[in-house]
Amino acid sequence: MTVKKLLAALALSSTALLGAAPAYADDAVLNSGDTAWMLTSTLLVIMMSIPGLALFYGGLARAKNALSILMQVFVIFSLITLLWAIYGYSLAFTGDGAVIGGLDKLFLGGITPASLTMTMPEYVFVAFQSAFAAITVALIVGGFAERIKFKAVLIFSVLWFTLSYLPITHMVWGGGLLFKDGALDFAGGTVIHINAGVAALVGAYMLGKRTGYGKTAMPPHNLAFTMIGASLLWVGWFGFNAGSAAAANGIAGLAFVNTIFATGAAVLSWIGVEALIRGKASMLGAASGAVAGLVAVTPAAGFVGPMGSIVLGLLAGVVCFWGVTGLKKLLNVDDSFDVFGVHGLGGILGAILTGVFADASLGGVGLAEGVTMAHQVAVQLKGVAITIVVSAVAAIIAYTVAGLLSGGLRVTAEEEQEGLDLVSHGERAYSD
Amino acid sequence: MKLVTAVIKPFKLDDVREALSEIGVQGITVTEVKGFGRQKGHTELYRGAEYVVDFLPKVKIDIATSDEQLEQVIEAISKAANTGKIGDGKIFVTALEQAIRIRTGESGVDAI
Repeated sequence: MTVKKLLAALALSSTALLGAAPAYADDAVLNSGDTAWMLTSTLLVIMMSIPGLALFYGGLARAKNALSILMQVFVIFSLITLLWAIYGYSLAFTGDGAVIGGLDKLFLGGITPASLTMTMPEYVFVAFQSAFAAITVALIVGGFAERIKFKAVLIFSVLWFTLSYLPITHMVWGGGLLFKDGALDFAGGTVIHINAGVAALVGAYMLGKRTGYGKTAMPPHNLAFTMIGASLLWVGWFGFNAGSAAAANGIAGLAFVNTIFATGAAVLSWIGVEALIRGKASMLGAASGAVAGLVAVTPAAGFVGPMGSIVLGLLAGVVCFWGVTGLKKLLNVDDSFDVFGVHGLGGILGAILTGVFADASLGGVGLAEGVTMAHQVAVQLKGVAITIVVSAVAAIIAYTVAGLLSGGLRVTAEEEQEGLDLVSHGERAYSD
Repeated sequence: MKLVTAVIKPFKLDDVREALSEIGVQGITVTEVKGFGRQKGHTELYRGAEYVVDFLPKVKIDIATSDEQLEQVIEAISKAANTGKIGDGKIFVTALEQAIRIRTGESGVDAI
């Protein structure tokens, strides 16, 4: 099981930090502490999607489109976890292919309650990873929000999940190409955030801007939702990051503290920049800063030291603030909820800086034997580049096919004016 | 009869209502409206998006009054709603052709 080898490498590289020899055998043995933690982590990651992300995005939409966002996230979660069971898990985590895995565990075949992965039941690992797959796809809805057909969202999701998420997961975590290169991505900065961010950006370009964008006011309809969503995301992210240790151990503890500190640092640096440039610190800024910090620390959580995570967080707040302001203007795109500005850019920053701050000289767990910081950063960059290309190409194909099968990706201008809640779902979120 | 329509600042509603009560006005209708005259709006910032909000929240009061009481009503509103700053609002007077009390069927000044 190649994931075991990844964990073995992690355990070895963290020996100095933990001061204990890695207790690793080739015959997996069930550890109930690890299993209990992984079950808990899975719950937390599920909560990140429903209702965390749903509310975070839902609050940013206009009232007439609120349900469409909640619906898209909720249904994508249901759909992608299902596909994960049918073929996703197998293609991501079995086989020795460089780019994609095999069909050995199609329909989760061959797995029983007694099957083990590392020190947990394999079903638990399947569940944990299913939640990651689901939230990655759900993140993308922020790029094409308020103007896309519901049917197109579903078709796009199936295709992109298959063409981008599965190969990249396999390449980074499933024993493929990037894993073999030694790319460090603790909890999915590349696999989840850069991946989704790029797909959202491509979608924003292909769908075009919302009608009236730039002229009509489109403020968030409920920033209280957005704050609740961001808080659920933050709390859930402890499962996302610390759960990626795949064990209830010191590395989980490290990832846990990093998830507190980096995030807080990013909140402060984002609102600090806001206050300096615009005179007021905002709730949306604080919530966005938190997510930026969380994204940036995701690839780094189990590799960098707490002080390193603070520096990472401070930088993420500033860089992603630019991502949603300056960069967005440069790109001239309506990435409605700033998926690329926060997740894409934050993921890229985190991926690169993981290569820097993982080094023992900067308080990290230490790079692999004989690897210099410069080499590691180069490997990180390679991972980032491959992800951007795969994600973008898969996205172009997925949107194009979805558009063909839906009679166009966008609803009509009149439907857009009326609001997707009524047009796509026959409902109103608010009866006033 | 006259229909007096006043657009005032929302926080002045209680003062105006009290002033009208003091001169014996029994009923008013209040609507929440948006508007602007010379008073500037404000700017809202959401991440990279800046919105200038021209419309300011105001309150509109409609009062049906007799020709005899018109001057008193205008004076009461003017005094109570005045802050001296731009945006205090306006009073419009239109001729009211008929008024009917639904419960009793009374019409004219008896209905006001």
